[in-house]
Amino acid sequence: MVKEENESPNRPDNTAFTQQRLPAWQPMLSAGIVIPGFVLIGLAFIGIGVALLITSRNIQVLELDYTGTEQNSPCFQCSDPDQQDCVCTLQFSINSLFEGPVFFYYGLSNYFQNYRRYGVSRDDGQLYGDLSYFKEPYDQCEPYRFDRNKRPIVPCGSVANCIAVYTFRLFQIVNGQQKEVPLDGKGIAWWTDYNIKFRNPTVTPLRNAFNSTAKPLFWPRPAYELDPSDPANNGFINQDFLVWMRRAALPDFRKLYRRITEGDYANGLPAGNYSLEIAYNYPVLSFSGRKMVVFSNVSWMGGKNEFLGIAYLVIGTLCVVMSVVMLIVYAKFKFPEED
Amino acid sequence: MNEKWMNVRVGDIIKLENNQFVAADLLLLSSSEPHGLCYIETAELDGSTNMKVRQSVSVTSELGDPNNLAQFNGEVVCEPPNNKLDRFRGMLYWREKKYTLTNQNMLLRGCVLRNTEACYGLVIFAGPDTKLMQNSGRTKFKRTSIDRLMNTLVLWIFAFLVCMGIVLAVGNAVWEREVGTLFQHYLPWDPSVNGFLFSAVRTFWSYVIILNTVVPISLYVSVEVIRLGHSYFINWDQLMFCSKCNTAAEARTTTLSEELGQVEYIFSDKTGTLTQNIMSFKKCSINGHSYGEVADPLGPQPKVSIPNLKISNPDFCFYDDTLLESVKVGDSHTQEFFRLLSLCHTIMSEEKSEGELVYKAQSPDESALVTAARNFGFVFRSRTLGTITTTEMGRTVTYTLLAILDFNNARKRMSVIVRNPEGRIRLYCKGADTVLLQRLRPCKQDLINITSDHLNEYAADGLRTLALAYRDLTEEQWEMWSESHQCADKEEDLLSAAYEQIEQDMTLLGGTAIEDKLQEGVPETIALLSLANIKTWIVTGDKQETAVNIGYSCKMLTDDMTQVFIISGHNGEREEVVEGCGEVCFMKFKGAGKQSQCPPSNRMDNISGDFALIINGHSLAHALEADMEEEFITTACACKAVICCRVTPLQKAQVVELVKKYKRAVTLAIGDGANDVSMIKSAHIGVGISGQEGIQAVLASDYSFSQFRFLQRLLLVHGRWSYLRMCRFLCYFFYKNFAFTMVHFWFGFFCGFSAQTVYDQFFITLYNIVYTSLPVLAMGIFDQDVPDQRSLEYPKLYEPGQFNLLFNKKEFFICIAQGIYTSVVLFFVPYAILANASQSNGEPLTDYQTFAVTTATALVIVVSVQISLDTGFWTIFNHVFVWGSLGCYFTIMFAVHSQTLFSSFPNHFHFVGSAQSTLLQPVVWLTIALATVICIVPVLAFRFLKLDLKPQLSDTVRKTRTLTSGRLGARGGSRRSGYAFAHQEGFGELITSGKNMRLSSLALASFASRHSSSWIDTLRRKKHAHTPPSRWRAVRLVHLLLLTLSCCN
Repeated sequence: MVKEENESPNRPDNTAFTQQRLPAWQPMLSAGIVIPGFVLIGLAFIGIGVALLITSRNIQVLELDYTGTEQNSPCFQCSDPDQQDCVCTLQFSINSLFEGPVFFYYGLSNYFQNYRRYGVSRDDGQLYGDLSYFKEPYDQCEPYRFDRNKRPIVPCGSVANCIAVYTFRLFQIVNGQQKEVPLDGKGIAWWTDYNIKFRNPTVTPLRNAFNSTAKPLFWPRPAYELDPSDPANNGFINQDFLVWMRRAALPDFRKLYRRITEGDYANGLPAGNYSLEIAYNYPVLSFSGRKMVVFSNVSWMGGKNEFLGIAYLVIGTLCVVMSVVMLIVYAKFKFPEED
Repeated sequence: MNEKWMNVRVGDIIKLENNQFVAADLLLLSSSEPHGLCYIETAELDGSTNMKVRQSVSVTSELGDPNNLAQFNGEVVCEPPNNKLDRFRGMLYWREKKYTLTNQNMLLRGCVLRNTEACYGLVIFAGPDTKLMQNSGRTKFKRTSIDRLMNTLVLWIFAFLVCMGIVLAVGNAVWEREVGTLFQHYLPWDPSVNGFLFSAVRTFWSYVIILNTVVPISLYVSVEVIRLGHSYFINWDQLMFCSKCNTAAEARTTTLSEELGQVEYIFSDKTGTLTQNIMSFKKCSINGHSYGEVADPLGPQPKVSIPNLKISNPDFCFYDDTLLESVKVGDSHTQEFFRLLSLCHTIMSEEKSEGELVYKAQSPDESALVTAARNFGFVFRSRTLGTITTTEMGRTVTYTLLAILDFNNARKRMSVIVRNPEGRIRLYCKGADTVLLQRLRPCKQDLINITSDHLNEYAADGLRTLALAYRDLTEEQWEMWSESHQCADKEEDLLSAAYEQIEQDMTLLGGTAIEDKLQEGVPETIALLSLANIKTWIVTGDKQETAVNIGYSCKMLTDDMTQVFIISGHNGEREEVVEGCGEVCFMKFKGAGKQSQCPPSNRMDNISGDFALIINGHSLAHALEADMEEEFITTACACKAVICCRVTPLQKAQVVELVKKYKRAVTLAIGDGANDVSMIKSAHIGVGISGQEGIQAVLASDYSFSQFRFLQRLLLVHGRWSYLRMCRFLCYFFYKNFAFTMVHFWFGFFCGFSAQTVYDQFFITLYNIVYTSLPVLAMGIFDQDVPDQRSLEYPKLYEPGQFNLLFNKKEFFICIAQGIYTSVVLFFVPYAILANASQSNGEPLTDYQTFAVTTATALVIVVSVQISLDTGFWTIFNHVFVWGSLGCYFTIMFAVHSQTLFSSFPNHFHFVGSAQSTLLQPVVWLTIALATVICIVPVLAFRFLKLDLKPQLSDTVRKTRTLTSGRLGARGGSRRSGYAFAHQEGFGELITSGKNMRLSSLALASFASRHSSSWIDTLRRKKHAHTPPSRWRAVRLVHLLLLTLSCCN
């Protein structure tokens, strides 16, 4: 017998792999797994949904539109694009304590930061502080790559060019007096953006790095003068700049402007009247965009998000209903056969 | 000198030795045998197993040795190369004389030289001009139906891609006009863009590029990889390894594997494929006693042999020792029975040394019979022109051979008249029971009945039967007949009348049953395949009787069949035509009488009952004509079994083409010989039987193995699995690409149709290659729904493949719909949630990179869950690949979003930090979980309900139950002659003319010269006497057949 086996070198190997007999787990969609599975998923989703909804209901949000399209809007006269340095003031009141920390957002709608050509029109090399890109910006930056005098623009590209430079000042009106609410502009950008992605060139003083470059066309002042008071917030690592450069995924978006965490307002905005002073300088009416400010506080799951909770509740309920339907179908079609 | 076949040129003279394949179409010049004779076996060419004789032109037969041959400078003028195997016309001009050349002078490529030491031939046609190659048909590039469907679908997808591009381009035009122009303050158009229309055109091309991932380029590569895997599994299958011939199955093509799961028609050659081409003496009935029943078919079987017989053939097997006893006791009937077998034949013997007898038989049947006689003590030793010498129970006896009444197809019998040493003249006859039983002395009716019962039993077992009888002749009778015989010299009609006259009043001796040994497991395989709704047609070049016999022995034809139609027209005389028509509805069946009463109807669909159709090559030629073929195919497909016999290799291919054309079914042709090459090439799948002598069929085939029975494993196991895997693979593949790509489409509506991608470019690059390819490949290679034994036990499991149920246009649209649904969920769920969401530190989550990471992660998780649902057979590979792909995704994402890569290439890895910021947010995970559940739950519910409401057979095949295979030997009630004899007429005359005797024996009988060499003319005359085919007859035949079919309904 041994000899015979030696004589057949052609005989295929008798292994589990070659003979397709590998041990295998063969799951089945049996009623014992699927129906309880549906019930479990359904109950879990309902539970999460309820939790989300309650959490979301507890979050306060205050949205104020200041586009100024309406005649009675305080910013109506500022919405004229020919107006320069127009300031308008928005009055609003809060009925109960707006629990802190309160986050102060500015919002834009119908603004296409996600337009492809807009999005790619930036030079991350420049923004990383690489001086070689200062002389020869990335070619995607066109048409904001060189100015009329052939000087390279730093920072180049559309995104940087049309930064929304806002200045808001919030006052609480206490006994007819305006009491300024301190706004905290630190840490409003992503940690990775501030520490890794964006860097100033290692040149002191910073302005020397920008020799023979031009500021973006729309900018009132060059990058190295964004916040001359604080070197940690100047140049490319200016927090407002970072927030703007992280472009939005959708045409309606909001970006964090400031936190209200200090002084008398560390616990939130007390009930009362407030006025918001807006330096209106970013025309959006031409493309029927809208501008707004938003005050909001957050929970463990972030900001107010009704949709998430409702979606979880609906899907959870559907799962449970489906499991009942399947149980009925199963009982009707399966049991008679097995008899 | 040995030369390679490829170097053989027209005009060369080559030498062939015994048992060699003929390398080209040769004109036989001379041979080692007397009179330039040589013997060939044409099994490779036409599938018939008998030996054929060829003779050289007399003038060249004297060119014995190579030197003379070198001087040969004749010139041959002949017909152009053609594919007619039985016809050759040419002229030899030599030494200013003309000699006519016919097929009798030709050795065709593919034949094997037998019983001839050597011969010399002049190459007439070589290479592709040979008749064999002319018959082999064109080599076609084979593609599976899934391939063709896939190409269509890819075209559709391409059209869909263009449509999407147009929709988005129009959207872009509108957007640029309505919004973009106003937005120019912040986003000016490129200097080159001068209007929204130009922008739209650019957008169109941008979207075609971005969305091109719906057209799955990697699909083709993956499909080939999967097929390669399946081919290796076929190569590796131990159960398709034949230890006897030491050959494993081989997938010679790696592109057809899933088509193996869709076969509907099998065209099988007979000789060498269904049968082993071995005849063995199995049973006999002597004087009303049947011998050869095996008492215990499963127990050990002692071989029977006479102990002291030196010259027995050791290969002979017979298991019933009562017959041996009967011989030893000296039972006169038994002795006479074997004496007949040792005398009545046309075998030549050669005794190289004492006891070493070699029989040169023209048919293996005869050889089996004479060998049987030899092993029971009646040894045929030698013959001369006028004598036959035998050794009967150790005693040498020499009979005077008075006449051989040769075999022919009409007579269905042969006789010899011998005078024994005592001077008594006796006629021994063997032949078909139907003809022989009518020529018996009308006494001993009991014996006749019993014997005929025995023969029927044998026939029902698929054995080839012959009845044996003898007649004692007085001296006067002999002389009278001898005179009339000589008067009838060469006149065929007179001759057969003379034969008829003397073959009367015979006494029945008994009957023999020879088994044309089937390959192992053939009836079981055919039965199993027919349960799997696969129809098997036998297509053979062999004789009708033989083919029908094999049909019965492999249970394709059964006695339960309502009717067996035989269309056996010949190119023959008019009277045969009429007979042929009568024969259409006849052979043996119930309800033939109804025919005239029934109105004709063409409702072929509702035919009930089992029918079988047997058609021969001549009739088939007419049936295959343009106006007949449709009717023929409808008729043939209404029959349960179809046997085509006496067909040429090209006709085999035509039959296959016909079925391909009209039935649109997947066909498989299986064969072993060179005559099957054309059929193998033209069928969707060609299978070659390997391990035999020739390898032509194997070389032309797509799959090869050594046993017919491996076909069931090839189709029902490997084919089924391949089809299943391929279909599941394709469904998933289209699904995942649509789910992936369509998200861009939806995003287009929210980003100003600006061709902004949703995902990071690295994700787009790696999605198809790394993140999702391996799990689906593993499923495509390893998946099994039921184990292999189950698919053999439940052949019905094969049917979904034949009806193409698992992947067709409908299934494709379902996959696409599922993919689009998934993409909608994957885009709009993050859209709805992230639009207002913020991190717990207040930073909004609305930014593009968070959105991209969330969507991509959700996508990878959803498609991974989906492949987990689709995978029914989780081997270690599936686990590794599925979990590995997920792991890969996260690893690569974190790597691409890492600081290291960013600091080197800031403009390419600008997603730095996105992964960690995003994936730490609970909201993101809640989004992913929600999207996954919304995508998967409906699929799960749908599948579960489908499983409950409309379970597939494969779902229900759970409980172990072995197939109760009834004994495939049950006998039917009706009677049938099992007569089949692989014999050809002409050999009797060959012997009586002494042509094939060696010179030494020829010298003894010098008187033989008077017969001259006319035998070969007779042969030729008989062959070519046929008038051209009469077409109207075949037309009528088929019409009649249709009529009969509908009548029997």
